[in-house]
Amino acid sequence: MTDTPLRIPLRPLARILEAREKGENPDAIERENLRLRHEEMRDRARVRAEGRILVLGAVFALAFMTIGVKMWMVAESEPAEPRTSYAGMGIVAQRGDIVDRQGRVLATNLDTFSLYAHPHQMVEPRRAAEELAAIFPDLDRERLIKDFTGSRRFVWIRRKISPEQRQAVHDIGEPGLLFGPREMRLYPNGAIAAHILGGAGYGEEGVAAAEIKGTAGIERAFNDYLTDPANGGRPLQLSLDLTVQAAAEEVLYGGMRLMNAKGATSILMDAHTGEIISLVSLPDFDPNDRPNPPTEGHPDDSPLFNRAVQGVYELGSTFKIFTAAQALDMGIANPKTMVDIRGPIRWGRHTIKDFHWYGKELSVEEIIIKSSNIGTARLAEQIGIERQKQFLADLGLFEPTPVELSEAPSGAPLIQKNWSELTTMTVSFGHGMSISPLHLASAYATIANDGRRVRPTLLRQDTPQVGPQVMSAAAARQAQTMLRQVVTEGTASFADIDFYSISGKTGTADKPKPTGGYYKDKTISTFASMFPAHDPQYVLIVTLDEAVETSGKDPRRTAGWTATPVAAELITRIGPLLGLRPEIAPVPLADITLTSN
Amino acid sequence: MTEMVYGALPVPDGEPILPKWWRTIDRWSLFTIIILFAIGLLLGLAASPPLAERNGYPPFHYVTRQAFFGTLAMIAMIVTSIMTPQSVRRLSVLGFMVAFAAIALLPVFGTDFGKGATRWYSLGFASLQPSEFLKPVFMVVTAWLLAAAQDLNGPPGRLWSFMLMTIIVGFLAAQPDFGQASLVLFGWGVMYFVAGASLKLLLAMAGGVVIFGVMAYNSSEHFARRIDGFLTSEIDPTTQIGYATNAIREGGLFGVGVGQGEVKMSLPDAHTDFIIAVAAEEYGLVLVAVIILLYLSLVLRSLLRLTRERDPFVRLAGVGLAATFGVQAMINLGVAVRLLPSKGMTLPFISYGGSSVIASGIAVGMLLALTRSRPQGEITDLLSGRSR
Repeated sequence: MTDTPLRIPLRPLARILEAREKGENPDAIERENLRLRHEEMRDRARVRAEGRILVLGAVFALAFMTIGVKMWMVAESEPAEPRTSYAGMGIVAQRGDIVDRQGRVLATNLDTFSLYAHPHQMVEPRRAAEELAAIFPDLDRERLIKDFTGSRRFVWIRRKISPEQRQAVHDIGEPGLLFGPREMRLYPNGAIAAHILGGAGYGEEGVAAAEIKGTAGIERAFNDYLTDPANGGRPLQLSLDLTVQAAAEEVLYGGMRLMNAKGATSILMDAHTGEIISLVSLPDFDPNDRPNPPTEGHPDDSPLFNRAVQGVYELGSTFKIFTAAQALDMGIANPKTMVDIRGPIRWGRHTIKDFHWYGKELSVEEIIIKSSNIGTARLAEQIGIERQKQFLADLGLFEPTPVELSEAPSGAPLIQKNWSELTTMTVSFGHGMSISPLHLASAYATIANDGRRVRPTLLRQDTPQVGPQVMSAAAARQAQTMLRQVVTEGTASFADIDFYSISGKTGTADKPKPTGGYYKDKTISTFASMFPAHDPQYVLIVTLDEAVETSGKDPRRTAGWTATPVAAELITRIGPLLGLRPEIAPVPLADITLTSN
Repeated sequence: MTEMVYGALPVPDGEPILPKWWRTIDRWSLFTIIILFAIGLLLGLAASPPLAERNGYPPFHYVTRQAFFGTLAMIAMIVTSIMTPQSVRRLSVLGFMVAFAAIALLPVFGTDFGKGATRWYSLGFASLQPSEFLKPVFMVVTAWLLAAAQDLNGPPGRLWSFMLMTIIVGFLAAQPDFGQASLVLFGWGVMYFVAGASLKLLLAMAGGVVIFGVMAYNSSEHFARRIDGFLTSEIDPTTQIGYATNAIREGGLFGVGVGQGEVKMSLPDAHTDFIIAVAAEEYGLVLVAVIILLYLSLVLRSLLRLTRERDPFVRLAGVGLAATFGVQAMINLGVAVRLLPSKGMTLPFISYGGSSVIASGIAVGMLLALTRSRPQGEITDLLSGRSR
């Protein structure tokens, strides 16, 4: 405290001693001095505070005045057209292309123009409105006249126009009609691979440019990658094969019409790399003109719905091979082990029965070949609840597929909360648990990959996946053999075609009613297959929604009659495209008779 | 005689409460507040019907609610302004404990209403933002601590208040609510400044705030986006600021006319954070100037009255309250004209918001209680021959 040189001590000794001698309280002296000191300090503090408060007041006055002046400046300024903002984060004009595994373009950009108006610069706003309405019949003439003659200073007219339309607008000769450069996302193949590509729209938009933003599918899932300038516009290469995809869509569409199905989906997957070579969901749409999402009704009625990824269904008997494979893997059974199939099994209110009567007992391979519900239920009983759940979880059937589509998380499997012994039995033949066809594809790929887990991917891979071993290679091979037997001697005889050997399993499940219970006459029929049978390279899943085959006396809805022939046709068509060598069946020696005498 | 000696009878003060209140209150500031509230209702009539319709309420849902809460706020303000500085301080300390606990428990019991920041308690019929209530009582508690610290042998109030401020700013930044956090920080800084902080220390703290801001910019995307939006030279027309700028522009000097504005249709926060844009569009610069002058006059009058105050506690508390009130208004207005980066800050008494208006009422009530004219010992000064 250098600023108070003359400082009286709080307890001056002379006064204290004096007070003590007189018998007074010396503390009173201290209190008095303290009070004086406080008063002095407060006076000083007050003077200082007064000055500082005045400074504060001046700052406030200045700040409020600045705001007022700025407000006045803004109010008096002329409205500007919306320029793209964000000096630091300019709109990335060049969005990366998307190409297929051979480098063929699936999505690219096209330069075009947007059209907007400055009504205050217009010479003849009414005529401009009428001519515009003539060029673009969907524009409302009255609305345009109102916009052009009103007080608005900026009006968007069209986001994208064609060169012809641009010339026509030029010919109006109205100076208040202006063009802004635009890039638009173009899908040159139209509806092919629509559900994978998804679609794109405009995000942030200004007069000079607009940001293209993925709205669904791979465009949305990889939006950041495609717009990242660090990638330098390098294309995103998918695992898809455009030719195979086109052929698959064509064949599947024909099959869907022939089988009177309301929807269909097919997935072709490389069994070793997990690459999705083709993924079709019908009905589809054109991503160049993406329809609006449905506001009412069930989402899977919309063409936007990706049945392969988002649609979760009870996929029926295709599950039986998992039960059999697990039983083989655990050593509970071998393909020849006999299982008691006397039924029906009664469980509370529920009964489990077979489609036909197959006798008293069947071997494990016959259970798969003939598709016996009771037989698989018996096997599942021996496997047990926890082990069955663990096995299905290892196959990836308890979580959404990890595929790179923005819709993938919405395809979460539906799993019963209380997994009882009955659930174990029904799940063993594919009821009481719903998964997407893509789940099924990756699970079958795991079997085809000799028991190593395969995860589906849409990006091109150059090396096989090395996933965890879900089941032993021996069990997986035995399961492959059984699947081949299903085709040669079981329910999938329509898949026993010339040139390619297919193994697979049919599955037919009644569709659940939204109100509870099941429809008697609506089914989901699935054929899950792998080929070539002796050394599976590819997995193909074909699922038809409400298919019915009517060539016979009674309508047939089982997968063996619906999904299987479609899948067989599909393989006949895409096998050569995949570069698979046909397996020439030995020519029957019809004209030569072997004589032995 | 006995009563006089032993003090058994209460000695009447000599003046009834209400006449004394009326005589000593800063009537100009009181009317300023009432006019601001009336302007708020008027603007609410314009700004909120489109929003009410979007949310499926009758068109004047928000206006009636605001009138109800505003009336409560006015009552709270008048009741608070009748209190003596001592009662203001005592009640504030109690209120501070409650509000502090409420803020601390927000992460557990609060809701974010889907806005990405947990700032509210949902009470069913209304929501409560405890930080609004914490602000004024924190100012009073800080003033108490700082004033006590000035005494010889006083408690280390500066350190305590600094710790309290740090904790509260931490809670607010965690919500995240950088607007309220900066208000609390600013209010504390102003009080510390007036309480006689050394300028070096203040400069060091300003540096600290800058460093904290840079850290927040780097760690919080929410924060960084707003700063980026502010720093760019041109305005993106599809942001709130863009709409607000256009609205002010459309309004010009005298506005487009009552009910003719369009910004309220497109701005989601037209009735709260950007109500000034509605004012500017419909009534023009004239009303905006009036609003600015009202806020400025309230702040300046309170500060001028406080320069004459001898009691350090009253002086500090008053300055803290007046400064936070003024800065809150300043930030809201500054955001609308892009002088400041975008923050969720209400315009006191004008913006819609139940807890906001009631908390502002209590805060201004305290301010009015502290700026009432009181004997300041002028005669004693004259007698003792001191200059002041």
